[in-house]
Amino acid sequence: MSHPIIEFRQVEYQISSISPQPILSGISLEIHRGETIALLGRSGSGKTTLLKLINGLRRVSSGAVLVEERDIRHWDIIRLRRGIGYVIQETGLFPHLTVRENVCLIPELEKWPAERISSRYAEVLQSVGLSPALYSQRFPRELSGGQRQRVGVARALAADPEILLMDEPFGALDPVTRAELQREFLTLRQNLAKTVVFVTHDVREALLLGTRIILLDSGHIIAEGTAQEFVKLDHPVAREFLAAAELSTGALP
Amino acid sequence: MNSLEFMVSHGSEVLAATREHLILVVISMAIASVLGVPLGLAIVGHPRSRAVALAVASVLQTIPSLALFGFLIPLPLIGGIGTHTAIVALVLYALLPILRNTYVGLTSVDPAILEAAEGMGMTERQILFRVRLPLASSFIMAGIRTAAVITIGVATIAAAIGAGGLGTFIFRGVAMVSDAVILAGAIPAAILALLADFLLGRLERRLRVS
Repeated sequence: MSHPIIEFRQVEYQISSISPQPILSGISLEIHRGETIALLGRSGSGKTTLLKLINGLRRVSSGAVLVEERDIRHWDIIRLRRGIGYVIQETGLFPHLTVRENVCLIPELEKWPAERISSRYAEVLQSVGLSPALYSQRFPRELSGGQRQRVGVARALAADPEILLMDEPFGALDPVTRAELQREFLTLRQNLAKTVVFVTHDVREALLLGTRIILLDSGHIIAEGTAQEFVKLDHPVAREFLAAAELSTGALP
Repeated sequence: MNSLEFMVSHGSEVLAATREHLILVVISMAIASVLGVPLGLAIVGHPRSRAVALAVASVLQTIPSLALFGFLIPLPLIGGIGTHTAIVALVLYALLPILRNTYVGLTSVDPAILEAAEGMGMTERQILFRVRLPLASSFIMAGIRTAAVITIGVATIAAAIGAGGLGTFIFRGVAMVSDAVILAGAIPAAILALLADFLLGRLERRLRVS
């Protein structure tokens, strides 16, 4: 098998050395090119922190995180982050910039030629199902929650990163829009062949979108597996999640 | 003689004083903004210099204005009698609201937006100039507006050190015990202050990002 694109080696993370309980501990994980990893867990399980360790928004207390086989401490952090798309809940768009300015920010900072920026803008907006011309001059406040989230994904894809990190990307949406975006995400993923790591507390979302599900509880990885494997798990926390979503063995969404 | 009659009969004098007053205010505000906004930008990432800068600016504003003008007179270069000394004092007064609002505006940006910017790979400098500063602009304008209103009022005292302006009438009126003459200075000053407040308020609303 090829080398993992992202690797966690015995990672421990705590806010301060005196705090009694680490946020994350004993995390070892290999993520391979093209996988879509669902980080599933309750609030406070450490899933968002785990995600932020990948783009260096948090730094490990011990152990190491490797991206493309290089410890992120040895990466130029700006270069690393520009190669990783980052999508957070709807608040992440810049309110003073138009849709086009938001999407084209990183290509512009990377000094792409103007024609390349224009064609890339059109390309990514179409890929998230929005009309490039119609939305280019709109501000985030003029968009619905679903549209904002699409723009957020388009912005993360703009510089064509290998890796996409998504922190509860569909969390703030109504159920109908959410289901719509989830379906589109599946199509998008097939077309783009990126490595995706996303955080969710919704087991249905994890089973639907993840090629592998990592279950976190109190800072530990307690189970992992594909959707088929996950629904058969005996671990009590996994059973709790499945029971909450009323899913049992053999009843995949 | 009532105030209106005085203003009409001394129309050209009142206009000239208003012009002087405006020049004092505009020059002082321009200098205070050019100093205050970059200073605010500079102290955002440095807690210690931030504490010092805000404390110094606060103390300057607690000095009674007439006393501040008096203190400046004996100083070499910036002191003496006349317009330039008045401008130094007015700048010192206007600095605090501008500095404080710049600082508050820059630090009140939604942390989620700042983290998104950082996570996308923007440098600290890019985040400051492309995210924080534009989002803080209405706060900064609010500081400039407050400072402008204060400066228009305090500038009337500049007449005491020979800088001219609308204060000339106020001091003359006090000496003559004439309300009419005092009002010939006070009314135009009040109108200037209201106008500045209104116009800068509009600018501030235009810069606001919801």
